[in-house]
Amino acid sequence: MKAVSFINTVLISLVYLSLFYLGVSPTYAQSPTPQPITDDQVNAIAKQMYCPVCENVPLDVCPTQACAEWRDLIRDKLTMGWNDDQIKKYFVDQYGDRVLATPPTRGLNWLIYIIPPLTFLAGMFILFRAFQAWRKPGSQAAAPPAQKTPDDDYAQRLEEELKKL
Amino acid sequence: MLANLGFGALFVTFLISLYGIGAAVYGARKNRPAWIESARLSMLLTFPLITISAFSLIYLLVNRHFEYEFVFSVTSNSMPLFLRATALWGGQAGSLVFWSWLLSAFTSAVTLRKWERDREFLPWVIVVSLVTLAFFLILVIFFENPFARIWSLPNGTAKVTMFQPLNAVLFVPPDGQGLNPLLRHPGMIVHPPMLYLGFVSFVIPFAFGIAALITGRTDDRWIRITRRWTLVAWLFLSLGLLLGGRWAYDVLGWGGYWGWDPVEISAFMPWLTGTAFLHSVMIQEKRGMLKRWNMVLIILTYCLVIFGTFLTRSGVLSSVHAFAQSAIGPLFFAFIGLTFLASLTLLIQRWDDLKSETQMTSLLSREALFLLNNLLFMGILVVCFWGVIFPLISELFTGQQVTVGPPFYERATAPLFAGLLLLMGIAPLSAWGHSTWKTIGHAMWKPALVSPIIPLVFFSLGMRSIPALIGFWLASLVACITLYEFWRGALARHQRAGESLPVAFWRLMGRNRRRYGGYIIHLGVVLMSFGIIGIELFQTETQGTIPQGGQIQLGDYTLTFKSLAIFDKEDGRNVARAVIDVERNGKYLGELYPRRDYYVESQQPMTIPGVRSTWEDDLYVLLVDWQPVSTAGATFKVYHNPLVNFLWLGGLVFILGTLVAAWPEREREFVPKPATRDTYVGSQA
Repeated sequence: MKAVSFINTVLISLVYLSLFYLGVSPTYAQSPTPQPITDDQVNAIAKQMYCPVCENVPLDVCPTQACAEWRDLIRDKLTMGWNDDQIKKYFVDQYGDRVLATPPTRGLNWLIYIIPPLTFLAGMFILFRAFQAWRKPGSQAAAPPAQKTPDDDYAQRLEEELKKL
Repeated sequence: MLANLGFGALFVTFLISLYGIGAAVYGARKNRPAWIESARLSMLLTFPLITISAFSLIYLLVNRHFEYEFVFSVTSNSMPLFLRATALWGGQAGSLVFWSWLLSAFTSAVTLRKWERDREFLPWVIVVSLVTLAFFLILVIFFENPFARIWSLPNGTAKVTMFQPLNAVLFVPPDGQGLNPLLRHPGMIVHPPMLYLGFVSFVIPFAFGIAALITGRTDDRWIRITRRWTLVAWLFLSLGLLLGGRWAYDVLGWGGYWGWDPVEISAFMPWLTGTAFLHSVMIQEKRGMLKRWNMVLIILTYCLVIFGTFLTRSGVLSSVHAFAQSAIGPLFFAFIGLTFLASLTLLIQRWDDLKSETQMTSLLSREALFLLNNLLFMGILVVCFWGVIFPLISELFTGQQVTVGPPFYERATAPLFAGLLLLMGIAPLSAWGHSTWKTIGHAMWKPALVSPIIPLVFFSLGMRSIPALIGFWLASLVACITLYEFWRGALARHQRAGESLPVAFWRLMGRNRRRYGGYIIHLGVVLMSFGIIGIELFQTETQGTIPQGGQIQLGDYTLTFKSLAIFDKEDGRNVARAVIDVERNGKYLGELYPRRDYYVESQQPMTIPGVRSTWEDDLYVLLVDWQPVSTAGATFKVYHNPLVNFLWLGGLVFILGTLVAAWPEREREFVPKPATRDTYVGSQA
């Protein structure tokens, strides 16, 4: 039982980790086309960016004049044949990492991605250990029946009735 | 004059709070009931006093007394009456008064309850409540005084202060700056008060928790007393979050309802710990376990409430440097640190008294599943907390500012939310103490068999997104199990007591409101999940610039740009309003009127969408840009938001469930009665 529980813990953790890193995120196909650049192409990139002034408003929906100019700049770069990464790098070089919707995975920024799953795993581990300790035979007196309240009486009687169904 | 009265009332309240704290501590330590009674009366007095202050401020706001700096900064001549009154919570100083006002309302209400059976809690509940209130009063009186006036000094400069500087004359601006346009919305009346109510009412269960720690009465009495307070706090916080989402959807013009903005998250975090607490206290009530953990949760919730207020009020979110410039930032920081440390110290002192009375016997018992639920809520909390503070850490250590935006939160929390959904399905079927796969399987197989119908229908309609299908299946599983639980309960009563099914159903709910209210809340969450999956995974959008008569296509919808009008409104707005014809597969559906309001005085634009709402989807159209001279062409952004209205419907059901669970009923003595045939509930009801 212990081994099974441990394997379960590991499996759940792995599933969580993989979901965390592989998570569903929109990807935008982009290939150089001779056609004029559409607003949707511009927005696909702008959606992943933030201007340093308008806090917490993604660039694709920000109504300010400054953000409209940034979108025009993205359009110009797309017209010049730049790709997503080149355009984002251009803005990062100019204004810093904060223009990106998520911190780039380097240096201290790794912490943002590592801490939540690690904490969750630590929580799983603590819970697993607690279950083990609770279930150790003889560690405490045998569990008395759950404390009774009027609600419980009702629930119990209801359950009894249900069993007879 | 009125300002002096308002300020004086605040100051007197502050002094009374200090007195109340002292009297309560003295009375408790020396066992002098008269002092405790005096402290109780002083706590009762805080509400009428702050009411005087709040009404004075509202009077100044409504009557456009722009000589007061706060009134000047949040109102203007063009604002309608309801917005001038609600501007009370439209700026920093006023919102702190409002916070204190609501807190005093709750703490005063607590003093009026019957204290016979738990008199020993009273002095410490007073201390905790009044310390919190006094802290906010310090902020208002000494740092963010809404009654401060604008004075012209002899040297030609202006100074904002409460009392007249030497040789200065009062400066009365002809008009105010007006409220931030984003706040000029009917949502302004209800959304902030609900959030604030949610925040302040969590102070009550915390106060009782601390009182239990101090007095050593660590049984579940404090939890039973605060059960309803906690539910009420949770109700308001949930309402605040939901209304905020709706407001964002209607006004902010980005096609969504939740942007993982740090301000949103700061209200969401106490909700997460509060929800975990609501579940986990049941384990203590039923099994006498997790006493320490419940204390940790209520301490965390209180600290997160203060932290949330701190985040939104200190300026720290825009930059750590703004925090240093803000006078109240460091004070908040110190208060949170001190209360957290003091609470933890108390908890550690009582650590041994808070031992579990029983042990966990089964990994499938309800208490074990509730613990897993708590772990998942804590997991989401860590993601949120870390996401909010990481930019500050990054700026502090590397000088580099970073943005932690929605993609991070969505990826990190989606599996945790899915886990919560799964537990929501299984946990109600498990029993306290001991459960096996067999018993759960026995209760589950019928609803589990029905649950794939919805995802299969979606699959047959062409849906191929695995995450969406899994999400829909989980949501349907919860719905089927929950409805089946209602059915089983009602049928049992029907067969046993001969009640008709609707009567049996009604009485079943009335007999155990918390349980069935909880189930209704779960059904609300299911509906909300449908909406969230719909908009998060299937939202499509397009944008285009078209001339008059031109068309934009999005999916089955065709939008035709008919006309655009630009005009000024009396309230200081310059409005550009477009008329759009909407057709679906060639069938005419009606007109939409997306518009852009430009607030001239504050130079802020607002994009108000034109929305066509059905149960199937929303067509959400924004006017992004237009040619100012010819009005010949305009840019529109169009979103197609499938199923989004299930989110709002789910919100309503969610609130309804909370009301059912929190509805007052006569407090019963908790003396177990023998379960005999005579006491069968069906014959009583």
